[in-house]
Amino acid sequence: MSKEPVAVVGVGQTKHVAARRDVSIAGLVREAARSALDDAELTWADIDAVVIGKAPDFFEGVMMPELYLADALGAVGKPMLRVHTAGSVGGSTALVAAQLVAARVHATVLTLAFEKQSESNAMWGLSLPIPFQQPLLAGAGGFFAPHVRAYMRRSGAPDTIGSLVAYKDRRNALKNPYAHLHEHDITLEKVQASPMLWDPIRYSETCPSSDGACAMVLTDRAGAARAPRPPAWMLGGAMRSEPTLFAGKDFVSPRAGQDCAADVYRQAGIADPRRDIDAAEIYVPFSWYEPMWLENLGFAAEGEGWKLTESGVTELDGDLPVNMSGGVLSTNPIGASGMIRFAEAALQVRGLAGEHQVDGARKVLGHAYGGGSQFFSMWLVGAQPPDA
Amino acid sequence: MPEVLKAPLTVEFPFTRSLGPVQSAFLTGLRERVVLGVRTGDGRILVPPVEYDPVTAEEIRDLVEVTPTGTVTTWAWNHAPRRGQPLDTPFAWALVRLDGADTALLHALDAPGPGDVHTGMRVRIRWAEQRTGAITDIACFEPYDGERAQPTGHLGQFEEPITGIVAPARLDYTYSPGRAQSAYIKALSDRRIVGERCPSCRKVYVPPRGACPTCGVATGEQVEVGPRGTVTTFCIVNIKAKNLDIEVPYVYAHIALDGADLALHGRIGGIPYDQVRMGLRVEPVWTEDSRYPDHYRPTGEPDADYETYKELL
Ligand SMILES: [Zn+2]
Repeated sequence: MSKEPVAVVGVGQTKHVAARRDVSIAGLVREAARSALDDAELTWADIDAVVIGKAPDFFEGVMMPELYLADALGAVGKPMLRVHTAGSVGGSTALVAAQLVAARVHATVLTLAFEKQSESNAMWGLSLPIPFQQPLLAGAGGFFAPHVRAYMRRSGAPDTIGSLVAYKDRRNALKNPYAHLHEHDITLEKVQASPMLWDPIRYSETCPSSDGACAMVLTDRAGAARAPRPPAWMLGGAMRSEPTLFAGKDFVSPRAGQDCAADVYRQAGIADPRRDIDAAEIYVPFSWYEPMWLENLGFAAEGEGWKLTESGVTELDGDLPVNMSGGVLSTNPIGASGMIRFAEAALQVRGLAGEHQVDGARKVLGHAYGGGSQFFSMWLVGAQPPDA
Repeated sequence: MPEVLKAPLTVEFPFTRSLGPVQSAFLTGLRERVVLGVRTGDGRILVPPVEYDPVTAEEIRDLVEVTPTGTVTTWAWNHAPRRGQPLDTPFAWALVRLDGADTALLHALDAPGPGDVHTGMRVRIRWAEQRTGAITDIACFEPYDGERAQPTGHLGQFEEPITGIVAPARLDYTYSPGRAQSAYIKALSDRRIVGERCPSCRKVYVPPRGACPTCGVATGEQVEVGPRGTVTTFCIVNIKAKNLDIEVPYVYAHIALDGADLALHGRIGGIPYDQVRMGLRVEPVWTEDSRYPDHYRPTGEPDADYETYKELL
């Protein structure tokens, strides 16, 4: 028996900001869930199960969100699951929810991811003082910056590529009312003049710290037929993981990322992602990860990803727009960031992305990664159902 | 078998929490010696209050005052109070249904011994002298055989409401790095860097984890590596980290020690930061007061050819 086609019929998110002191965490997730239900014109009673994800527990000190948030998400009397895969969690949470529909376990599932970075300190959560070990010397940027340098060496990319990505994503964010950073006076010169934090990564090439939540309503073919607005159809979805450190690990282009993308393309019948995919929303927490992931995901040959950035292909009006929402560089509630990528892909193929809509977007990739490039999750969504 | 190291590890952080309207009213009420519940769609009064109806999932905001007297619905005796608990002498953890409420609140009940506590007993709140708008404003419950108190009809509106609290979290672990890392750390005290070779893929892991993550087999064969190595890649750190006594800028590098199959991380010194490069040959510099090399410095050898370390990037 074939799988049930999975449709996204509701998308909701909060206006992402540095600190939402006016709401509890329950109130924050409620806003996103409520707006996803409103988009789908459904009520709590229409939801059969809830799948929730968040950042690692030490990041914000909520150890059992599935327990604390059941009331706020209308989950009482229903199955409620929690997914846990570091920064990729928003993507893998959506995929677990999608599998429940695809397997015909449930007809309609609410999936949600969140984080309130203002109530914690992710940097502390990443650098616990483990006995006998040397303290982490340089923070999250210090972990990723050497890999960026390795990419620059391998590809021969000009030093300016990272700033082009940041300039593009921050301008895209100006068209997205939900984005955290709205830098109306952004210029390329300002990005290039911003302080070098972890050379080769500049301040303006790093993501902010945000409070926010994102939710989606996933449903089956019958549910999609009742939806008031066009659905997005899942054409492929996959997750892969690999150890953070092992002999032969390629941090510039991890094998798990390549394999995950290949699996998604096989499911979706994508022969040439560069030709067959209209746009991509990719998890880019530091600007240089755009060209790196373009190669890892097969949009460019090895060493060629930066040329897509440099030539404007990834601009909002380019041939392959990347991070139309403004991306992680403009909005980063860590636990929700993966789901925001997936949700943006869905909004694009539904034609509901507003000012940052890509004309004629029919197939769009949503991508997330997390840990030390350890977890990958991706989906490809389309305007037409998989068998059409 | 060599000694396996152990040490205490305390993970502690003062998380903050924004309260939202319902918890804000509840905790501000405690500061004013007023206990507030919330009315659900089916008319029950929940104490402590929640923001969303557990039955209908609807938002609920109808605050209702209940009394500081109530009835124990169940309990358990705590023989040995721990750090941070409400009382430092043995007490009962009790669920107390306050008069006017339909659900019970968990708190401490001060009683001489377990024989003095029973389900159904009447209790009242003993208020803390200093109240700040926190659950600890209820110092504990105490036995009470007087009249039911009457609510004052408070509607939950307060001057200067509490909008956020600090919720400190602390976990105490006994940490052990295990056999392989204990041996690695012991060798460091002799200023030797010792990894382990995988019997299957022959890769040398430094520091060793005791197993090869690729092959999934235990590693055991010890292999001394270095002390010299090659900088494979690096970044220049320009922001000062808390609790780290290193002047910025400094270079944080991935260093492939000779004979190791993956890079470890270290600081580069003895050379201006802007002259560090991929392929630079380095060696460890040890100091008396540290288990690990303080930093790595150039050996003066010619740079390694890119081809020799590109697989280790
Ligand atoms: Zn092996």
